[in-house]
Amino acid sequence: MDAHTSDAARSVLEAPDIARVLTRIAHEIVERAKGADDVVLLGIPTRGVFLARRLAARLEEITGKPGRIPVGSLDITMYRDDLRLRPARALARTEIPDDGIDGRLVVLVDDVLFSGRTIRAALDALGDIGRPRAVQLAVLVDRGHRELPIRADYVGKNLPTSLRETVKVQLTEEDGRDSVLLGLRGTTPADGK
Amino acid sequence: MTMSDTHKTLLRGAKPLGGEPRDVLIEGERIAAVGTGLDADGATVIDAAGQILLPGLVDLHTHLREPGREDSETVLTGTRAAAVGGFTAVHAMANTFPVADTAGVVEQVWRLGKESGYCDVQPIGAVTVGLEGKKLAELGAMHDSAAGVRVFSDDGKCVDDAVIMRRALEYVKAFDGVIAQHAQEPRLTEGAQMNEGVVSAELGLGGWPAVAEESIIARDVLLAAHVGSRVHICHLSTAGSVEIVRWAKSKGWNVTAEVTPHHLLLTDELVRSYDPVYKVNPPLRTEADVMALREALADGTIDCVATDHAPHPHEDKDCEWGAAAMGMVGLETALSVVQHTMVDTGLLDWTGVADRMSVRPSAIGRLTGHGRPITAGEPANLTLLDSAYRGVVNPAGFASRSRNTPYEGRELPGRVTYTFLRGRATVVDGKLA
Amino acid sequence: MKRHLISAADLSRDDAVLILDTAEELARLADRPIKKLPTLRGRTVVNLFFEDSTRTRISFEAAAKRLSADVINFSAKGSSVSKGESLKDTALTLEAMGADAVVIRHHASGAPHRLATSGWINGAVVNAGDGTHEHPTQALLDAFTIRRHLSPDGSGAGQDLAGRRITIVGDVLHSRVARSNVHLLSTLGAEVTLVAPPTLVPFGVESWPCEVSYDLDAVVGKTDAVMMLRVQRERMNAAFFPTEREYARRYGLDGDRMARMPEHAIVMHPGPMNRGMEITAEVADSDRCTAVEQVANGVSTRMAVLYLLLGGNESAVAAARTEESK
Repeated sequence: MDAHTSDAARSVLEAPDIARVLTRIAHEIVERAKGADDVVLLGIPTRGVFLARRLAARLEEITGKPGRIPVGSLDITMYRDDLRLRPARALARTEIPDDGIDGRLVVLVDDVLFSGRTIRAALDALGDIGRPRAVQLAVLVDRGHRELPIRADYVGKNLPTSLRETVKVQLTEEDGRDSVLLGLRGTTPADGK
Repeated sequence: MTMSDTHKTLLRGAKPLGGEPRDVLIEGERIAAVGTGLDADGATVIDAAGQILLPGLVDLHTHLREPGREDSETVLTGTRAAAVGGFTAVHAMANTFPVADTAGVVEQVWRLGKESGYCDVQPIGAVTVGLEGKKLAELGAMHDSAAGVRVFSDDGKCVDDAVIMRRALEYVKAFDGVIAQHAQEPRLTEGAQMNEGVVSAELGLGGWPAVAEESIIARDVLLAAHVGSRVHICHLSTAGSVEIVRWAKSKGWNVTAEVTPHHLLLTDELVRSYDPVYKVNPPLRTEADVMALREALADGTIDCVATDHAPHPHEDKDCEWGAAAMGMVGLETALSVVQHTMVDTGLLDWTGVADRMSVRPSAIGRLTGHGRPITAGEPANLTLLDSAYRGVVNPAGFASRSRNTPYEGRELPGRVTYTFLRGRATVVDGKLA
Repeated sequence: MKRHLISAADLSRDDAVLILDTAEELARLADRPIKKLPTLRGRTVVNLFFEDSTRTRISFEAAAKRLSADVINFSAKGSSVSKGESLKDTALTLEAMGADAVVIRHHASGAPHRLATSGWINGAVVNAGDGTHEHPTQALLDAFTIRRHLSPDGSGAGQDLAGRRITIVGDVLHSRVARSNVHLLSTLGAEVTLVAPPTLVPFGVESWPCEVSYDLDAVVGKTDAVMMLRVQRERMNAAFFPTEREYARRYGLDGDRMARMPEHAIVMHPGPMNRGMEITAEVADSDRCTAVEQVANGVSTRMAVLYLLLGGNESAVAAARTEESK
């Protein structure tokens, strides 16, 4: 994911845009959840975790409850349906907040929504961890091409793409800058989403 | 298998002992003439230009497995393999079932050899009853039998009891016999699976230390000297053993030794594959040992090459290392390995090869008619070698009943094109006659 | 492509760290209500044990089951194997049953290597201890235990064992655990010292990436972990040492010696322990002894190995050296 982005890639969101849409999503979550009292944010590694932390900070700001929004991570590697198509992968961290997820509103956070298979795996993983009151999904970019009946509850930007295109999200925590890049397969590394 | 006594064969342009090209005329069982431009009148002419002519090879150490393990080899298949390898005489080891520890068994093997017709079979008698190292076998009876046994060995097992060894050495003096010792101190080699060294430490396989061989050789050369008898050391495998034999010979003691082709080429590094085809006793040693053995064979400290041809059925090697049988077949590759390790390296010329693979083993075994010069009037026991040949070893083509060769897929030089046993070709153009 | 774990020597530093990191994540499963992952659903893992080892077998069994694999236990005792069926025929049987992985424990050194290279089976081969050769998953769980205890954050994720001093004490000659640990711990950057009476140090040890000492007291004060090997009492009869008492006095770990270890240093034992022989009850029961924890870590580590060998379409750790030598 850290591979160089070619010149052919075009930036569709820059840092200020990303900040703005995350703030909007945070507001939407508060509105839909009628406050954020039972919200648990679970980011899907790698970049979903950073987005979840940013969303948590905004929720705490909005609701005036610093340090009170539980945030964690949910690695879905062991639940993927394409494990046998590639070499086994290193696992990322699953970190469930201390109070767990039973009876809570879990908001899954990921960077790009594409086929929906990652989210399917995430729902399976969640089922082995507890029983939330409800599960919602927040993504920075929805690029279409769903292969499963899955949709996002909160979308930063709808980005119609062709299958030849790639969408790459860069975040300061991992990549040193914030941006969303649209490129062509073969010119930028596919992000696999 | 009979043939007219007057049949004539002319080898045109062969190089006796690798020397100048000569025509060699074989008439009946003997060499009739050696010269240039010999008349081919009525003879089968073989174009032997450029090929090396050697006295028929003699093996002091062959396991023919019959009686008892005919699933791995018989006297017939073993002697066919011997012929293909250029041998005209083999010494059949005594560790058969039943053990060749009586006149009856050695005569049976001797008779089977006569019937096979592919090479002479000289049975070796066991030193002790059942190879058990406890009680002398009837050495005299075996010598007096039709088989005329002169070489005695418990090979596969060591005559480890010093008193039994002393008595055997003394006893065979009565009929000019020799004890061929499988030098392996049994207590030091309990559970031994391979050479004890760096590789065994890593692989976790039980070690077979060099000292287990060397300590027995040291004892036996001293015993032989003490009682004034002769001892022969089977398949000597370590640099230390070479030193002991060299020392014993320097004393003028009647000590001879053999080395196998595989100990001249292969090392214990091969065991890293855990492929039991490399499991053999004594085990493959180190590079330093291999080099010392080559040098000792070159300078005559080691008298001869002996194959220790040890056929095993496929299932005895197609298993885990620990469960596998020890041993390798060797008759059909021996001369190639010797060419590769000794001749092509410049350590030995063809006269030397003839000496180490025919003359000296015949002398140790007291064979008559083998290991003779290539001159008129001598028995026509001859081996013709195409030394320029290069080929990949393919066990599927072996004449032996078994396939347990460590050289499969390896390129080796040299190919026996003709073998003559008393004037009759047992191998023609590389194939059994 | 084949994928096997035959020897700890086949693992690169990165392979080993990946396995340990994966095990670290999988260890967290123990805290969850459902201690199971669907990853190896539909895969068959055969535990092929030619030697009794209930501990190792159930550890592998638990690991495979937590990954949802189907597990078949094939014990040589009471089966056709003890009636003379060969390793080959057993392997062919397992292959016919569709084994995706064979976890093999065998009394003959090299049997797993043979199984992996013979062409008898297509599945992955995991060495669960062969003769006096290797026991790579034991070394991995030992490294895992050491890393957890000696790292400041309690997991050591991403780290190796660079600069750590590990002492392995006892019957090195007959120990597959020692062989695997010497390879793995040195690959991970640790400085390994073997301590044993000279009779129990393998001839040829000088090629190993470790130091050798005959004096436990000289080493014990500067070590981060002491690994005590099981010493079988029968060795005494083969003259490896004179008496149990003498062995225990010179090479056993007692309270006094433990007290001279650095404060952070741990005592390890692969089990089963011979209390009173290589380790006193006082040490075995102290909270510095990680023997029980090692058992728990064994499950996570073996899950990691099975996942990385079987979880993808090819092994995530380097192919065994068996491929290179063929």
